[in-house]
Amino acid sequence: MKLKLFEEYLGDVIAFKEPKIQLEQYPTSAHLASRILYTAENTYGDIDGKAVVDLGCGCGMLSIAACIMGASSVVGIDIDHAALETAQENIDEFDTGGTVDLIQASICIETSDGLLALNEDLTFRMSKKFDTAILNPPFGTKPGNKGIDTLFLQAACAMTRNAVYSLHKTSTRDYIVRKAKSWGFECDVLAELKFDIPMMYKFHKKKSVDVGVDLVRLYRKSG
Amino acid sequence: MRLITHNMLKCHVKNCTDPDKQFPLRFKDVQLEQIEADRNDEFLVRMLPRIDWAALLKTAKELNIELPDKVPESPADDGEFLSTLHTVILETHVKDGSMVCDGCGHEYKITNGIPNMLLAEHEI
Ligand SMILES: C[S@@+](CC[C@H](N)C(=O)[O-])C[C@H]1O[C@@H](n2cnc3c(N)ncnc32)[C@H](O)[C@@H]1O
Ligand SMILES: [Zn+2]
Repeated sequence: MKLKLFEEYLGDVIAFKEPKIQLEQYPTSAHLASRILYTAENTYGDIDGKAVVDLGCGCGMLSIAACIMGASSVVGIDIDHAALETAQENIDEFDTGGTVDLIQASICIETSDGLLALNEDLTFRMSKKFDTAILNPPFGTKPGNKGIDTLFLQAACAMTRNAVYSLHKTSTRDYIVRKAKSWGFECDVLAELKFDIPMMYKFHKKKSVDVGVDLVRLYRKSG
Repeated sequence: MRLITHNMLKCHVKNCTDPDKQFPLRFKDVQLEQIEADRNDEFLVRMLPRIDWAALLKTAKELNIELPDKVPESPADDGEFLSTLHTVILETHVKDGSMVCDGCGHEYKITNGIPNMLLAEHEI
C-alpha cells in the first residue's frame, strides 16, 4: 500500500472525545502513525504476520495501523474505559476482521512510597508472547507520573521477542539507550520529531508546547 | 477478546498467590461470537509454543469447545489441527460476561468484548 493512501485511511480514526490530561491522552496523528507502521513493516518486516501489542493504545490509532499493515494479531491495552470504547468504535468501523483485542488494565501500580512500578503481576503471563510492540506512552510529565514512560518501555520489552517502537522525549535519549541496554536491547533512533502537546504543563500560559521527541526502535541483541 | 488473549490473563489481586488457581480465569455467563479471520499457518505454528496448552484446554472444555488433549508431534503438517487451533484461539470471541478467579473469587467483567483487569486500591 502507498504511504499516502495509508495515511488517508488512518485519517478516519476518531481521537479522544474528552481527553484526560492526567492520563496524557493526546493521540498519535494519522501522519505519524502511518509513517511509524510503514517503516516498521517495509524497512524491518516487523508487522506483517506478526503478533503485536500496543501499550496505552488510547483510541487505537497504532493498533489499527498495525492491522492494516498486516499484523496477524493485535492486543491494545489502556487504563481508560472511555478511550477503549472509542477504540472499539474505530475497530468496528475499520472492519479489522476481529484481529484486535482490547484490554482495560494499568501498566503500572503505585508503590507504598508513592512511586510508580511495573504491574508485574498483570504482565507476567504476557512475557515474550508478542513479536512486536508499538507504543506512544505517556511522557510522565504529570504529577505522580514520573518515570511512566520508562515503565511502559520496560513492559513492552518484556512482552516482545523482536522489536519495540516507541516515542520518547529527546531530552531522555541517553537514559533510554542505557535502560534498553540493561534489558538486553539495542536502541536506534529512527527519527527526531516535534510534538505539539496540548496543555502539557499547567504552569505554562500557552495552550500547547513543542517538545522534541525521538522515534526509537529497540531490538533484542542477538545471542 | 479472543481465547489467545485470554490465555495471557491471570488474576493479580494482592493476596491471591496460588499459581494453580489464578490462571486460567474461569469464564462465567459469557456470550461467544465467531468472527471469521484469515488463516496463517506459519503464524499459528509460531504462536503454538507461546500458548499454555493446559490452560487453553481447560477453558475450551468449560465453553464446550473441542480441542485435542495434546498438541500433535508435528503440528505444521497437520492441517486439521491447525484449522481447529485457528478457530479456537483466533476466531472465538468472548463478547460479554465475566472471568472469575478460582483463587480469590475476584470477578473481572467483560463488556463489549473488553475485559476490565483494573483492581480497586485495596486489591493491589
Ligand atoms: C499519549 S496517549 C497515546 C494514545 C494512543 N496510543 C495513540 O497513539 O493515539 C497515552 C495513552 O496511555 C494511556 N495510559 C496512561 N496511563 C496508563 C497506565 N497506567 N496504563 C495503561 N495505559 C495508560 C492513556 O489513557 C492514553 O490513552
Ligand atoms: Zn485471584
